[in-house]
Amino acid sequence: MLNMDSGGGGTSKKASGDGVSDQFPAGLRVLVVDDDPTCLKILEKMLRNCLYEVITCSRAVVALSMLRERTYSFDIVLSDVHMPDMDGFKLLEHIGLEMDLPVIMMSVDDKKEVVMKGVTHGACDYLIKPVRIEAIRNIWQHVVRKRRNELKEFEQSGSYEDNDRNHKASEDVDYASSVIEGSWKGSKKRKEDEDDLEDRDDTSTMKKPRVVWSVELHQQFVAAVNQLGIDKAVPKKILELMNVPGLTRENVASHLQKYRLYLRRLSGVSHPNGLNTPFMCSQEANFGSMSSFDGLDLQALAASGQLPPNSFATLQAGGLARSTVNTGIGMPHLDQRIPFSTEASKLRFGAGQQMTSSNKQVDLYHGLPTNIEPKQLSHLHQSAQSSGSMGLQASEGTTGFMNLQTSLGTHSMNQSGAVLGSQSNSPLMMQMAQSRSRGQLLSDISSSHPSGTPLSIGQQVFSNDMASRVLGKNITILNGKATTYTPSFQASSMLDFQKKHTMDVPGNGFPVGITTGVSGLQSTGVFQDRGSLEVKGPRSLPTGYVIFDEHPQHKSQEWGLQNVDLTFEASQRPKPLQGNITFSPPVLAHQGLWSSQRGGPNGNVSIVGNTLVSLSEGNQLGTSESFVQRGNSLPMDSSFRVKAESMGDLNSDNIFAAKTFDQDDLMSAILKQQGGGQLENDFNFDGYPIDDIPV
Amino acid sequence: MGSKQLQYQVANMRETLFKQGFLDEQFVQLEELQDDDNPNFVEEIVKSFFQDSVRSMSNIDKALESYPFDFEKLDKYMHQFKGSSSSIGAAKIKEECTQIREYCRQGNVEGCMKVFQQLKKDHAILRKKLETYFQLLRQAGPAETACRPR
Repeated sequence: MLNMDSGGGGTSKKASGDGVSDQFPAGLRVLVVDDDPTCLKILEKMLRNCLYEVITCSRAVVALSMLRERTYSFDIVLSDVHMPDMDGFKLLEHIGLEMDLPVIMMSVDDKKEVVMKGVTHGACDYLIKPVRIEAIRNIWQHVVRKRRNELKEFEQSGSYEDNDRNHKASEDVDYASSVIEGSWKGSKKRKEDEDDLEDRDDTSTMKKPRVVWSVELHQQFVAAVNQLGIDKAVPKKILELMNVPGLTRENVASHLQKYRLYLRRLSGVSHPNGLNTPFMCSQEANFGSMSSFDGLDLQALAASGQLPPNSFATLQAGGLARSTVNTGIGMPHLDQRIPFSTEASKLRFGAGQQMTSSNKQVDLYHGLPTNIEPKQLSHLHQSAQSSGSMGLQASEGTTGFMNLQTSLGTHSMNQSGAVLGSQSNSPLMMQMAQSRSRGQLLSDISSSHPSGTPLSIGQQVFSNDMASRVLGKNITILNGKATTYTPSFQASSMLDFQKKHTMDVPGNGFPVGITTGVSGLQSTGVFQDRGSLEVKGPRSLPTGYVIFDEHPQHKSQEWGLQNVDLTFEASQRPKPLQGNITFSPPVLAHQGLWSSQRGGPNGNVSIVGNTLVSLSEGNQLGTSESFVQRGNSLPMDSSFRVKAESMGDLNSDNIFAAKTFDQDDLMSAILKQQGGGQLENDFNFDGYPIDDIPV
Repeated sequence: MGSKQLQYQVANMRETLFKQGFLDEQFVQLEELQDDDNPNFVEEIVKSFFQDSVRSMSNIDKALESYPFDFEKLDKYMHQFKGSSSSIGAAKIKEECTQIREYCRQGNVEGCMKVFQQLKKDHAILRKKLETYFQLLRQAGPAETACRPR
C-alpha cells in the first residue's frame, strides 16, 4: 500500500488488475448498506475496483425490502452497524432468516461486545472501519464458504455429491446470477468477463439454481419436514414430498440446515424439546384436514360443554368422534394443567384443536416452533388454569388428539396460556398470531397439520372456538392463526392466516369469535382463510371468514344454543373458500357452551366449569372485556414473545387489537369489539412477515 | 519546470498533511482507488465528507448545547462522525472523535466541549489545506502521474 501512496491517483489499475486476474469473484453481486454517504461512495468504489457488482443503499429498511424483492439479485451484503432507521443487527437477522445471504457487518466500533454481537447475530464477518480494499477484495470467500457449508450439511444429511462439483456449481451460480440479474451497473472492465460468466451461468443454473424460499415454498418445506419428522427428514425425502419442479436436493439441504439452525436457536430460547417435537410430529398425518376441523368445532363445543359430544359426532363423524372424546377429557386436563404442559392436547388441537382456544393457538404455535416462550407459557398456563374454560379446552384437545401432543404441547400451551390469561382478565381474548420474521410460523403451522394441506383452516377454527369458549364471556376474540395451505400455494395470503374472530353476542352477552378456516377442506388449493367470523346480531363480519359450512351448520343445529341473538355472517375474503359459511353455528355453539357452562356445566364443561362460569358471569354482567394477546415474535432473537394482555373493560366495549409485532411476520390480528352486545369482528390478516419491515 | 515545481509543492503539501497527523493511510487507500473511471475520486470523496460534516457538526453543536446534557446522543453523533472521518483518512479528526466519545463515557462535559472546539479547528484547517491541495494537484495535472512511480 505504501507504494501506492506516492502514486496517489493512478494506482487503481493495480487493484483492478488483481481483480481481473482472478475471474471468480468478478461479478459478485454485493449490496452495500450504509447511512454515511461518504463511506458508501468509498465502499462502492472499492467494490467496483474489485469487479464486483455493487448496489448501494443508504437506508436499512430500503435495503431489506430490496432484498426481499430481489433476493436472488445478491450474493452478499455489506452493512453498517449503526444506522438511524434500523439497527444493522436487526437487518442482519432478517437477512439471515429470510434470505440466508452472507452478511458482513462494518463499523468504526471495534469493541469486543459489538463485534461479538455481530457474530451471534450471524454475520459472517465484521470489518472495522475504515474498511480496506484488501478486506473487500476477499469478501467473495464468504459466499463460497457459505455455499460449501451448505453442501456439507447437505451431504451429511444424506445426500451426497462431489464437493468440488458442488463448489463449482455454487460459484457458477454466483456468476450466473449476476449475469442474469444484470441489474448492476457494470463497469467497463466487467464486460471482459461476461462471456465467461455466461458460460458459467448455463452450467450453474442447471446444477444448482438458486432458490428463493418464498413463504409458500417454505410452508411446503415445513410440511414435508413435519411429515417426515425433523430427525428423519433428509433432503431427498423432503424433496420428494415437496415435489416442486426445479428444486434440487442441494436447495433443500441448505434450507434444511438453516431451518435446523433456526429451530435450534428457537429452542434455545424457549423449549427445545417442545419445538423439536412439534415440528417433527407434524400432526398432519394424524389429522385429516377435514376431520380436524370438525374435530375442532366439536371439541370446542364439547369443551364449552354446550355441545354434546354426540352432536358433534353427528356433525362430523371423524372430527366429532375426536371432539367428543376430547371434550370429556379436556376438562380434566385443564384442571390438572396438564393440557398446557402436555402437548398432546395441542396436538390434538391440530387435529381437533377446536377444543380450546388454547388448542388452536397451539396449532399455530406449533407451526411456529419458536414462538413460544417459556415465560409466556407459564403465563399461559396460569391464565389457563385460572380460566376454567381454557383448561377445559386444552384437556379436551389432548384427549381427542393423540399424536401431536408433545410437540404441540409447548406451543399450544403458550398460546392457550396467553389466551387464557387474557380471558381471565377479560372476556375478550385475542390471540395474536405470532409472526416470525420468516413467516414460518404460519407455514409451519399449516405444515404441521396437514402437511401443507388445508387442514390449517381447521386449526383456525379451533382457535376460534377456543377463544370463544374461553371467553365464555361476552366477547371472545380468537385470532386463529390458521394457516391454510393451499396446495397450490398462494403466496402471501396463504401464508399468514390468522383468523381473528371476534364474536360478540349481544343477546347472550358473550361475544364469540370463531374463526374457521375450512378452506382446506373444500378447496384443496385455496386457502387462506383468514376468515374472521363475527357474530353480531347486528353486524356482519366484513372480513372474510372461512367457515366450513358443514361444520358450522351442524354445530349450529346441534348447539343451537344461544345463537338466537347473534347473527353470524361469514364472508370469506380469501378466495377459494367456498362461500361464506355462516359461522353462526359455531358461534352458537360457543355461546351455547358458555351458556351451558353458566347454567350448569355439562360434564365436560363442568370441569372447566367454574372458571367458565365465572367468565360467563362476567359476560353476563354485560361487561365486555377485550383481550388482547399479542404474540410478538422476534425473528431475530428467534424467540417469540407472546404477550397476552387482557384488557378488560367491563363495559361492553371490547377492542381487540391484534398487533403484529414488529418483526413479526406473522400476522397480527386486531380485533376490535365494540358495543356491548354486538360483536364486531375485524380480522386483519397480515401477510407474512417477510413483507413486514420491522421498525 | 514550473510544473515540476508545482509537483513538488503538491507532494510536499501532501507529505506535510501526513506528517502533521491530519491524514493517515486511509487517505492513501482512496488514492489507490482512483482510476480512469473516476479520475477525481479522492477529491470527490473529500468534498462529500466536508459537505456531510456540516450537518454532523451542527448536530454535535446542538448536542453540546442541549440541556440536560445528552451524552448518549452526543456519543452517537460522534460515532457517526468518526465513521466518516476515518473513511477518508482524516486521522486527527477521527482521533478527536474518539476522545470525545471517551469523555462521553466518563460524563465529562468539559472535556467534550474542549475537544470538540479543537476538532472544529482541525476540521477547518484540514478543509482548507485539502482544498488548496486539490487545486494545486489539478494545476500540476501531469505531475500527478509523474509522482506515481515513486
